[in-house]
Amino acid sequence: MDVGKIIDKYGSRRRFLIAILQDIQEQERYLPKEALRQVSLRLGMPLVDVYGVATFYSAFSLEPRGRHEVTVCLGTACHVRGSHRILEEFERQIGVEAGHTTKDGEFTLESVNCLGCCAIGPVVVVDKVYHGEMTSNRVKTLISQCRKAQKVEAS
Amino acid sequence: MSKLKSTTELKSLQEKLGKTQHRDRPTIVVSSGTCGRSRGSSQVYAAFEAGIKDRGLADKVNLRDSGCHGFCQAEPNVVVYPGEVFYANLKPEDAATILDETVGKGQVVDRLLYADPGSGKKAAKLGDVPFYTKQKRLISGRNILLDPTRIEDYLAIGGYSGLAKALSMEPKAVTEEVVKSGLRGRGGGGFPTGLKWQRLGQGTPKYVICNADEGDPGAYMDRGLLEGNPHSVLEGMVIGAFAVGATEGVMYVRTEYPLAVTNVTRAIEQARELGLLGENILGSGFSFDITIARGAGAFVCGEETALIASIEGRIGEPRQRPPYPSEKGLWGKPTIVNNVETWASVPIVVEHGGEKFASIGTKGSKGTKIFSLVGKVNNTGLVEVPMGTTLREVIFDTGGGIPDGRKFKAVQIGGPSGGCLPADKLDLPVDYESLTAAGAMMGSGGMIVMDETTCMVDIAKYFLNFLQEESCGKCFSCREGTQRMYEVVDRITQGNGRADDLALLEELATMVKDASMCGLGRTAGNPVLSTLANFRGEYEAHVLEKKCPAGVCKALIHYRILVDKCTGCMACAKACPQKVISGEKKQPHRIDQSGCIKCGICKDSCKFDAVVVE
Ligand SMILES: Cc1cc2nc3c(=O)[nH]c(=O)nc-3n(C[C@H](O)[C@H](O)[C@H](O)COP(=O)(O)O)c2cc1C
Ligand code: SF4
Ligand code: SF4
Ligand code: SF4
Ligand code: FES
Repeated sequence: MDVGKIIDKYGSRRRFLIAILQDIQEQERYLPKEALRQVSLRLGMPLVDVYGVATFYSAFSLEPRGRHEVTVCLGTACHVRGSHRILEEFERQIGVEAGHTTKDGEFTLESVNCLGCCAIGPVVVVDKVYHGEMTSNRVKTLISQCRKAQKVEAS
Repeated sequence: MSKLKSTTELKSLQEKLGKTQHRDRPTIVVSSGTCGRSRGSSQVYAAFEAGIKDRGLADKVNLRDSGCHGFCQAEPNVVVYPGEVFYANLKPEDAATILDETVGKGQVVDRLLYADPGSGKKAAKLGDVPFYTKQKRLISGRNILLDPTRIEDYLAIGGYSGLAKALSMEPKAVTEEVVKSGLRGRGGGGFPTGLKWQRLGQGTPKYVICNADEGDPGAYMDRGLLEGNPHSVLEGMVIGAFAVGATEGVMYVRTEYPLAVTNVTRAIEQARELGLLGENILGSGFSFDITIARGAGAFVCGEETALIASIEGRIGEPRQRPPYPSEKGLWGKPTIVNNVETWASVPIVVEHGGEKFASIGTKGSKGTKIFSLVGKVNNTGLVEVPMGTTLREVIFDTGGGIPDGRKFKAVQIGGPSGGCLPADKLDLPVDYESLTAAGAMMGSGGMIVMDETTCMVDIAKYFLNFLQEESCGKCFSCREGTQRMYEVVDRITQGNGRADDLALLEELATMVKDASMCGLGRTAGNPVLSTLANFRGEYEAHVLEKKCPAGVCKALIHYRILVDKCTGCMACAKACPQKVISGEKKQPHRIDQSGCIKCGICKDSCKFDAVVVE
């Protein structure tokens, strides 16, 4: 990982902290401790302040992410169409609660407060692909598709 | 294309592009925002592309990948010109048929036309589709006319003419035009835009910010504009900057909108290349540029002072106002913050004059407003109507009413700061004053429709959970108050409500309102107060009878199989994650309540409506 390069792109200034963290997160899919330490050194700001920002914004993750990322929208429009039941089904099928990653590193399950696709709710995003009008019954299929994709990639 | 050095050069480019658009050719427009794509619009577009190539029609037919046309429920959909034929819910294989029949022979393909689910009546063209007939798509209507990745398309329909006109005026006169239009902020507060500009403080540099954080859950008007017509928003910002003498602009977009970020980033580069942004815009001597800042998933960052903190790279906590951003904003300098839809309205106001804009709408609320009509309603999508249109017209005429023959129960409007309005408020005109008087608010434009299967206590709990999570924690009243209210409503939904809980809720809501600093806390009580005012009986059923009439609150319901309806098809037994449904094939099934987790999957799986909630 090249945190230095990312910082060089913006310049060593505090105002770019969020943008820098976003780029690190995009590259690594989380914010490794070592990266935060480097950011703190280069921007000349206390590590605790870097952590403060990294933990305030929900888009940042301090834990490594699973190979597959599942995000269930819990926005109002999705909620009235039963998104909580869909999240619960994902939690049962994947075996972790929202906000966590499975032990085998296969899945990270997240919830979000609206993806702006409210008209086709309930919405679930699996590995950046949007799925609308989700039902509990489709959850199993989606997960097994992910698992298969993983196998194909591995073989 | 090289930099344009004057408004005359802009004009001739617009004319040239207008001619090279081949408007005389048959044109197929695919509605392709994030929502359309998730329903397969990209595949439909690809099928048209391939079909055109196969038929050797490449220079006889125009194919356009446009932003969202608003009718998300009917996606993927296309509009075919001439004739403005509207084909809905398409599959990739339909492309060939449309090319052969409609484009080739000028015949309408009846089976692909949109049929109104209520009357079954088919709509021959876009204008006849009930979803569109009552709309006035002043701001969002241009999405259909352009490919958002091409500045040429925007210029060809006269884009940036508002800017050209502004540059020919005195900056002060531009602001006066906005004052005259009566345009009010579309981001929630409804503050008069022109007045905000007039009050901008002294000092340099000055900044303008576009608030594209769109945090209200259930609302996506801004995404529709940013994805579908990013230049209209940029044009508004340049005009605003010229009017107030700002030199730098920031577009703050939420990170949850990747396509919007991509399209806006590209649009900024294109505008720069043509000299519509940057040094000496159109040779006027006025310089202004825009950078993008991405949000990072915090609702409170939509509040203008928190948003500014976030742009400065800090934790997004609101601060006390005054001083308002117009005095001390970004980097302590005078700053104007306006919402995406507000900025997108500005070019129209300037180009056609404030008076024309002010002729639409009501006395206190001018122009049109885009709403995201979602939830339990037939025609979900983005709806743009003149201010003053009634809720009934929006939900029933445009929205086509409630699905599955269910009854309308409430519409939630105004986001987490708003309220839930019941059926007897359906004839309320939608404008700033009427909604506020009714205990809701315009907010940014989310309209979430609820039917009889929605529990209003659960909705209050939903918003309180949202607010307690999103409270930045700076004010004690907001941090603690939202948590306490959540706990009270939560225990009510668990069947543990106490007789005096409703009074306690009212007291807490009022306390949080009075003692908190920013809009989040000051309106946090609204979802509770409005549901209490309009649906008190439902709270009482939870507290006194320990019942959830809508069949939502898990602790108060159970699932049962109706013996006389069950065919013994075993679908539910197979689907039940707890394996607590038993029965012989072709015999009525039974649920063992002790192991049931009330997931409702059995109800979803039963094709015979044999599973009921009680
Ligand atoms: C908690 C909170 C969240 C807000 N979120 C947004 C938002 O997502 N988008 C927005 O434009 N305004 C939002 N606002 C309103 C802004 O503070 C500000 O009033 C607005 O951007 C001004 O633009 P306008 O006058 O064009 O509406 C929010 C306000 C509060 C208190
Ligand atoms: S009212 Fe709530 S969200 Fe607003 S500043 Fe206070 S604690 Fe933060
Ligand atoms: S509600 Fe869920 S757990 Fe209970 S019987 Fe139905 S499917 Fe099984
Ligand atoms: S799915 Fe419906 S009809 Fe089939 S066994 Fe279950 S309850 Fe009976
Ligand atoms: S509420 Fe789920 S996408 Fe908006």
